[in-house]
Amino acid sequence: MIPKESGGQEKLRHLFWKRFRKNKLGLFGGIIVLILFIVAFLAPLISPYDPGQIDIKRVLQDPSRAHIFGTDQLGRDVLSRMIWGSRISLMVGFVAVGIATLIGIFLGSLAGYYGRWVDNLIMRFVDVMLCFPTFFLILAVIALLEPNIWNIMIIIGITGWMGVARLVRAEFLTLKERDFSVAVKALGAKDFRIIFLHILPNALAPILVSATLGVAGAILTESALSFLGIGVQPPTPSWGNILTAGKDNIEIGWWLSLYPGLAILITVLGYNLLGEGIRDAIDPRLKQ
Amino acid sequence: MGFYLIKRLMLMVPLFIGITIISFAVIHLAPGSPIDLATDLNPKATAEVKARMRAFYGLDKPLHVQYWNWVSRLLTLDFGNSFSQDGRKVADKILERLPITIFINVISLALILIVAIPIGVLSATYKNSFFDKATTVFVFIGFAVPHFWLALLLMILFGVQLGWLPISGLKSLNYEYLPAPAQVWDRISHLILPILISAFGGLAGLSRYMRSNMLEVIRQDYITTAKAKGLSDQAVIFKHALRNALLPVITILGLSIPGLIGGSVIFETIFAIPGMGQLFYASVMARDYPTIMGILVIGAVLTLVGNLIADLSYALADPRIRQA
Repeated sequence: MIPKESGGQEKLRHLFWKRFRKNKLGLFGGIIVLILFIVAFLAPLISPYDPGQIDIKRVLQDPSRAHIFGTDQLGRDVLSRMIWGSRISLMVGFVAVGIATLIGIFLGSLAGYYGRWVDNLIMRFVDVMLCFPTFFLILAVIALLEPNIWNIMIIIGITGWMGVARLVRAEFLTLKERDFSVAVKALGAKDFRIIFLHILPNALAPILVSATLGVAGAILTESALSFLGIGVQPPTPSWGNILTAGKDNIEIGWWLSLYPGLAILITVLGYNLLGEGIRDAIDPRLKQ
Repeated sequence: MGFYLIKRLMLMVPLFIGITIISFAVIHLAPGSPIDLATDLNPKATAEVKARMRAFYGLDKPLHVQYWNWVSRLLTLDFGNSFSQDGRKVADKILERLPITIFINVISLALILIVAIPIGVLSATYKNSFFDKATTVFVFIGFAVPHFWLALLLMILFGVQLGWLPISGLKSLNYEYLPAPAQVWDRISHLILPILISAFGGLAGLSRYMRSNMLEVIRQDYITTAKAKGLSDQAVIFKHALRNALLPVITILGLSIPGLIGGSVIFETIFAIPGMGQLFYASVMARDYPTIMGILVIGAVLTLVGNLIADLSYALADPRIRQA
């Protein structure tokens, strides 16, 4: 049983929703995210064509009524590929951020709770990791393994935990001095219990913000990797690898370059606005 | 100041060791060894031959010995030989690519500073004005735009449709035959798009950061004092607020260096610029491990150096730091 701070928890949630509802940009972002979820979920139902259906007679056709976003270099319908591609983007975004958040929470809580040499060691590790240009690190590891979607997700996760770790550590440094932590420790609770059942639930809000913004970043990274040819491989559709075709056919197929990029832009914008909205709603510095 | 410098340099040493450890760990993730790459398709390569090759490359020694050998070679700037066709020394290949990458990154850093700081300051000073709202929209879109997509769009617009700017390489095919002023423009025009793309992300970030920094500073008591003293708005903003708001920007610049270096992979590959990023990408595609490792270490070291410069600049600018 998690002893929450007395009654305040419920009021906090109400306060959060009230403030979030007032933030129009945040709501807008939330709606975009929701629509994207629905599209990805209903992909088999709303996709006009089979995303893998090759039709050599209809190669590189302009957008028309039959193919709203045109066809690619193998005659596949771009809109359908984009709809199915949304599944890839969301999956990579969530799994990668999930991994990064788990690692970050683990290391950050250890550093923040135990302090001293544990904290020092972990923070030095974070500093070293931050020295590497993330993209270089990701590319280097992908060079050693084969580029498939699972490796991508794990790599983006393993290179993206540093921010969360610092965040969690900062939260723990303050939270562990609070009355409820001291009380639970005095009652004889073991460290593991204190960290994960007591302190952590109170640190979730900033982690949520970080995770939401992290999904945006992960989607951008995955699309860049797929664009370079070392991410999701065709024929699996990803917004990034449709853009590769856009680059290859830059003179004759502008629609291949425009629409997938627009999709990435709108999606990332949605998550960014949502994340910022949540951040503003939980900001303790109330401007009243 | 000298003491601070020495302290700072000493802090770099454990970071450098950490960098080499992680780079070394990354290469040993490789399933299979470099030997297999060379001998897999060769039916005459017996087990005995493989064992000899392994000994030759020192791969049969325990890991920490291998690590030590690698690091000591690193310190003499010997990164080994490239696995690719030409088999040249990795250090040479990197060295001939490094200048152009650094050049583009420095120019784009300068561009970021020149554009983002005024935008941030103006947004904060005239908070909630049309300018502020417009730049906020621009910044949010800037955060969400994939850089490679922007590069593609600009290529299509300026290169293909309008034909104003070239879209690949560092100079045109007929460079040798151009008169001198045309040569200068040729060089510059080839760099315009890459620098724009490189600077784009940093622009959005820094202007937003500058804005929030200025807003914080403006709220401070000493600003109220300055206004109460009767100083003009201009004096207040430029002499007092700006100087204090500018300080953390130096740190942010240092933190954005890895991003700039990493981003160079994308625009160098798209615009066919022969820089370090493009070499990295080509090495990744060719599984040229020594070059990959070399560039990884160089990239991290560049970040270290960049952060050192940023910290020293900060110490120069803010005397409080030097006391510590």
